[in-house]
Amino acid sequence: MSAHFENRDLVIPGDILYEGRIRTGDNTYRAQGKVCATRIGLVEYGRGIVSVIALEAGYNPLVGDLVIGKVVDIDLGFWVVDIDAPAAAILNVPDAIDAPFRPDLVMPDILDVGDTIVAKVVDLDRRRTPILSILGRDLGKVEEGFIIRITPSKIPRLIGKKGSMVNMILKETGCRIVIGQNGRILIHGRTRKQEEIVVNVVDKIEREAHTSGLTNRIQEYIKSLKEEPN
Amino acid sequence: MSPRKKKTKWERIDGREWNELRPIRIESGVLPNADGSAYIEMGRNKIIAGVFGPKEMHPKHLAKPHMAVLRCRYHMAPFSVDPRRSPAPSRRDNEISMVMRYALEPAIFLERYPRSSIDVYTEVLQADGGTRCACINAATVALVDAGIPMRDLVAACAAGKIDGRLILDLGDYEDKKGQADVPLAYMPKLDKVTLLQMDGTLSTEEMEECVGLAIEGCKQIYEMQREALKKKYGIEKEEP
Repeated sequence: MSAHFENRDLVIPGDILYEGRIRTGDNTYRAQGKVCATRIGLVEYGRGIVSVIALEAGYNPLVGDLVIGKVVDIDLGFWVVDIDAPAAAILNVPDAIDAPFRPDLVMPDILDVGDTIVAKVVDLDRRRTPILSILGRDLGKVEEGFIIRITPSKIPRLIGKKGSMVNMILKETGCRIVIGQNGRILIHGRTRKQEEIVVNVVDKIEREAHTSGLTNRIQEYIKSLKEEPN
Repeated sequence: MSPRKKKTKWERIDGREWNELRPIRIESGVLPNADGSAYIEMGRNKIIAGVFGPKEMHPKHLAKPHMAVLRCRYHMAPFSVDPRRSPAPSRRDNEISMVMRYALEPAIFLERYPRSSIDVYTEVLQADGGTRCACINAATVALVDAGIPMRDLVAACAAGKIDGRLILDLGDYEDKKGQADVPLAYMPKLDKVTLLQMDGTLSTEEMEECVGLAIEGCKQIYEMQREALKKKYGIEKEEP
């Protein structure tokens, strides 16, 4: 019945976090009565639960996630979309055009292979394949902007508490930013400089995601970037 | 003064103690294009490892319905040895790829990613004996860097025999001229051996001693792997 680390210590897979009766949270497993970490991250001892906030993790699709994906294949009645998950996602015709599939439908006219889409995960089927939808506000085919990628485990930090971080970046730079939970970020600004600031800022957040007081530091960082002459 | 030379102390070719490892340097996250990566220098070995996945399995018929498939590739660059070797994967490369897979599989939660694949690529840039162990060490660090859920790290190290003496972490010369070579991979926290090979001749007692010796070496390497993984985050942690 004892904790082996301090709260928010850096742990590595296999590290014994706790011995005794406790629930196992994210990124942990139980072996012979001991709770161990499965990923590199910061340990968190909660009330009756121990978990690890992963610093490196792949994307695990969940219902309700906003994702940015690329159409990789067209099949009869659905598109196959790559969203950087362990399995490719499916976008069915009714979830794309709000009408049932008809044999005379020309699917490449709606979405072609190579198109990028902003979509929502609406379901996971029996094989845990993510089912997407592009019906809704701000969803659909991406027409402008560019995409950068970061580790999906650092997306919550980029969004911040109730969107504090992303709203601050939005306000300071004036760029349109769409953050996919799968680690892809769509950026579209009015000028090249605005976009460059966002790229630099996202890069800094990814590097320093595990430190505290980040939002304030980022705000100052943006100001220093803005003052820089071209 | 006697003309006879004084009997000198037995020494290893590179002047190491019998139970001393070669100098090791490990770095994680060296390749931005891979999901996870690592670079290791173990003596004069230089090896780079990259990990991709878990991702959809291609070709699909190789996928397993209840677990992920781990695919490993061990490859020696043409310039890794003198004289140059052919870049085509040899019989030896294929065997070591398989051995690496067997050594790493027990450490990974493969059952969490059904129908997908995890790919590990290791490239030997410079070889100096014990490359399979060094590759396993680098691949483990790269797997953690890729955020793949693991039970424990896998550390690997060889023990062997030369001039009738047991030694730890054989170099190229000792590997070729020695009487035996025992590569071993080990999960320190779980206290489990995941790879054990033997080449040469050893008595039962010597074999047991070699296994103990290699496990001690693995524990030292494990600490270095930990340091390498922490280093990526440690520096920024000191900032206010």
